[in-house]
Amino acid sequence: MSGAWPIAIPGSAAPDAPAPATPRHLPNRGGPANPSADAIKARFAGAVQRVEVIWGETSVFVERLQLGEIVRWLHDDPSQRYDYLSDVTAVEYRDPEQPLEVVWHLRSLPYRRFLRLKVELPHDGKTPLEVPSVWGVYKAADWMERECYDMFGIRFSGHPDLRRILMWEQYREGFPLRKDFPLRGRFSRAEQLRQALAANPEARYSMEELTVAQAFEDLPEAMRKRLSGGERTGE
Amino acid sequence: MGLTARPSDNLARQDASAGAGESWVATRLDFLVNWGRAGSLWPMPFGTACCAIEFMATAASRFDLARFGMERMSFSPRQADVLICAGRVPFKLAPVLRRIWMQMPQPKWCISMGACASSGGMFDNYAVVQGIDTIIPVDVYVPGCPPRPEGLLYGILMLQEKVKRERMSDTALRNEMDPDPKSGLYIPAQAIDELSEPFGNSVHQTRSGL
Amino acid sequence: MSTKRTVDVALGTSGLDEQGRPRRAPLTMNEGGTVTTLEPPPALEDALELEGEHMLINLGPQHPATHGVLRLVVELDGETVVRCIPHIGYLHCGFEKIGEYRQYNQIIPWTDREDYLNSIGNNVAFALGAERLFGIEITPRCTVLRVIAMELSRIISHLVWLGTTCIDIGAFTPFLWAFEQRERVYELLERWVGARLTTSATRVGGMAADIPAGWMDQLQHFIKTFPKTVDEIDRVLTRNGIWVGRTVGLGVMSADEAVNYGLSGPMVRASGVAFDVRRDFPYLDYETYDFEIPVGTNGDVYDRFLVRMEELRQSTRILTQAAARLPEGPVNSDDHRVVLPPKSKAMSDMESMIHHFKQVMEGPRPPLGESYVAVESPKGEKGYYMVSDGTGKPVRWRIRPPSFVNLSAIGKMVEGHLLSDVIAINASIDIVMGEIDR
Repeated sequence: MSGAWPIAIPGSAAPDAPAPATPRHLPNRGGPANPSADAIKARFAGAVQRVEVIWGETSVFVERLQLGEIVRWLHDDPSQRYDYLSDVTAVEYRDPEQPLEVVWHLRSLPYRRFLRLKVELPHDGKTPLEVPSVWGVYKAADWMERECYDMFGIRFSGHPDLRRILMWEQYREGFPLRKDFPLRGRFSRAEQLRQALAANPEARYSMEELTVAQAFEDLPEAMRKRLSGGERTGE
Repeated sequence: MGLTARPSDNLARQDASAGAGESWVATRLDFLVNWGRAGSLWPMPFGTACCAIEFMATAASRFDLARFGMERMSFSPRQADVLICAGRVPFKLAPVLRRIWMQMPQPKWCISMGACASSGGMFDNYAVVQGIDTIIPVDVYVPGCPPRPEGLLYGILMLQEKVKRERMSDTALRNEMDPDPKSGLYIPAQAIDELSEPFGNSVHQTRSGL
Repeated sequence: MSTKRTVDVALGTSGLDEQGRPRRAPLTMNEGGTVTTLEPPPALEDALELEGEHMLINLGPQHPATHGVLRLVVELDGETVVRCIPHIGYLHCGFEKIGEYRQYNQIIPWTDREDYLNSIGNNVAFALGAERLFGIEITPRCTVLRVIAMELSRIISHLVWLGTTCIDIGAFTPFLWAFEQRERVYELLERWVGARLTTSATRVGGMAADIPAGWMDQLQHFIKTFPKTVDEIDRVLTRNGIWVGRTVGLGVMSADEAVNYGLSGPMVRASGVAFDVRRDFPYLDYETYDFEIPVGTNGDVYDRFLVRMEELRQSTRILTQAAARLPEGPVNSDDHRVVLPPKSKAMSDMESMIHHFKQVMEGPRPPLGESYVAVESPKGEKGYYMVSDGTGKPVRWRIRPPSFVNLSAIGKMVEGHLLSDVIAINASIDIVMGEIDR
C-alpha cells in the first residue's frame, strides 16, 4: 500500500542555494534580508510600513487590512511558496506607547526561508483589536488564532470558530497575557476556585458547542428538540 | 514521621492495644482489615504532568510498585482506593478532580505527589490551584519537583502506616465533608486564601521592577 | 373483569388506564392465555427512532489513553467516528505569563516542565534562543555537549512514546523494556546535572555543569548496548500481525495536508515530507554530523511508528559521532556580562565584581530585539520566540509547541475510523499536554 504522493524534499525549489549551515556571529541589526521582503514591497506597494532585520531574521511590518492578501500571495506565488505556517502570536510591550504587535512566522519549505510578518495595533482607542484570519490559507492557524484570542483578546475575522481554548469558555477574569492583567489574576484565590468549580466544562455539551461543532444539524429532530429545551446530556 | 529512616512496621502491632475498652476481637479485626487494605491499595493515577512520568517510572521494573500491591492501576475511580494526584492542577481541571474524588467509594485516601499538587509549586499564577487540599482532603504530601521514585515510595509507605493505624471504633473516620452548596467550596474561602498566599521571595519578584 | 392479570397482582395497581390500554407493558396476557401485542404507548415511539441517532461520547479529560489531560468529544455512529472535537487547556499553567516576571536564567527550570519528556532538549533550545537574543557565541565543547544532550533527550522521549503507545494498543512488555532504558539515561543525566527529569542543564552562555569524570565511558557503554533493546522491540512489534493490523492505514495525512496543518517532526516525515529542522534550518553544527532522516510514504500510524523507531537508531549514531569529537576546553562562554565570572576574579577585579552584582540583582540584560530559534524536538518544530526591551526579564516569551499544532489535526485524522482507532491515532501523534497547554 504506497502513498499517492512523492517524497517532498525541502529546498528543492532552489537547488543552487548553498547548503544550510548553523548561523554564526549574526549582527544585531542589518545584514542580508530575506528576499521575500523586497518581493512583498514590489507586489504590494504601500502595504509595507517597514522591514527590520534583527539577528538575521527578517520582520516585515504590514498594514492590518492587507495582511490577508499578502499571506495568500506568499502562499500561492511560485517564487515565494510559503507553504508552512509556523506560528501566530502577539506581543504586548510594557510601555503603553508601543503598539501591540500580532506576529506570523512563515516558512517556505521549497526555498528554505523563514519570514516574520507583523501587524501593529496601537493602543489609541481607534484601532480595533482585530486582524484578518489566515485560516483560509493555512489550517494550522485554527488553534493558534484561538489561543491568541484567548490570551490577548485579539479577534481574527474570518476564523470559523473563535472561542477560548486554554481557559474555559465562561472565564471572566480577562485576557491573561495582556500587560494590565496581574500575574495572579484579578480575583481572590477562593473566588477563582469558586468560579472554576462552577464552570465545570465537561459536565454538559453546550448548545454553542454542538452548533459550532456542526453536529447539531445532523442530529435527529427529536434529539434536537430535547436539547433546545435545555436537556443536559452527559452527567 | 520525624527523622526515621524507614517507617517501622512494628508500630501497627504495638498500637493495637492502645484504645481503651477495645476488645481483643476488635483489635485483631482492625489489624486484619487494615493489613488487607494497606497491602493492596489500588491507585488511581490522576497524572497530569512531570510527576506522572516519575509515577510511571516508579511503576516500571526498576522501582516496581507491584511489590506493594499497587501494580493494578485503576483508571476508573469506582474501583480505586488511593488517588495519587501527580502533577499540577490548573483551575480548569479542578472540577474534574473534585468529580473523580467524589466518584471514588470509601475507604479512600489521597496522596498529593509533587510540589505542584501539594501547594501550587512554582506556579504561583492565575491558572493553577494552589494546592489540591483546597479541593479534596489529602492524606500524604510527597514533596519534590518531581519526587524521586524512592520519595514516592516513602510516601506510599507512610500512607500504608496511616492505614494500619485506623480503628473501626473511630466512626467519624469515613465521613466525607460536604461542600458548601452555594459556593461549592468545602473549606472556608478565607482558609483557601490563606493557604494560597504567596510567601517568600515570590512576592518580591513581581514588585522588583527590575 | 373477573380475571386478575398477573401484572396487576404484581404491581398492586390496575395496569390499565381510562381507555383500557395498559400503562406500561406493551404486552398483555388475555383471558385464555394468549398473548397480544398492543400498540406501544407513545413514549416508546420516540425510542424506535434512536436507531438513527449518533452518540456523543466524552473521552477524558481523565483517561489512561489520552496521554495527559485531553478531552475528546467524539460523535459516533455505532462504532464509527463521525466527528471528533478535542478540548485542551486542562493543563494550562501560565508559563508564558510567568516568563515575563523571571530573568532569563530563571526561566530555564520552566522550560523543563512544559515538555517534560524532553526537558534537557528544551533547556538547550531556550539557551540557543537566549544566546541569539544576547548575541553571544558558545564554546565548541558546549556545542557538542548540547548535541549529546539533545539526542539523549530524543531517545528518552521516543521511548516514552513507544511504551505508552504499546500500552494503548495492548502490549505491556515493551513499556517495561523502554522504561528500563530510560532509567539508564536518567542515571547519565543525574550524574551530569543532578536531576533525572527536570534537568535545568543549560544556562545562557553555557551549561550548568561540565560532565564529570567517567561520564563518557558510561555514555559509550549506553551507546553500545542500547541498540539491542531497539532491535528487541523491533522484533516484537514491526512484523507482528496484531500491531500491523491495528496501525496500518489509520489516521492518514497526505503530504500537502500535513504541511498545511502545520505538522512537524515524525508526523510530517511519515507523510512523506523530509522536513527536519536539524537539516533545513540547522543549529549546533548539525550539518556536520552524518545521519539520515527517515521518511515514510503512507502517512499512517504504522509509518509514524517506523519513523520514530528509526530515529532512535539515528540518534544513537549521532551520539557516537558526538562522543568521538568532544573537544577539550571551557564549557561556558567567557562573556561576563552574561555568564557569572569565576569567584576569584569577582573578588579581585572591579569589572568582574560589577558584572557579578548586575547579573545577580537584575539578571543578564540583552539588547533591544527579538529572536526566534526553532529546534527539532522529538515532537516536531519546537520554537522559542523571545522579545527583549533591554531589561533582565523578557517582554514576551512565546513557546511554539509542536504537539499543539499536531493535535489540531486529530479531528481530520480520526474521521471514519473506529473508536479504538481514535486511541491508536492519538497515541501516534505523541502529544505532551504540558507543552500543548503551557
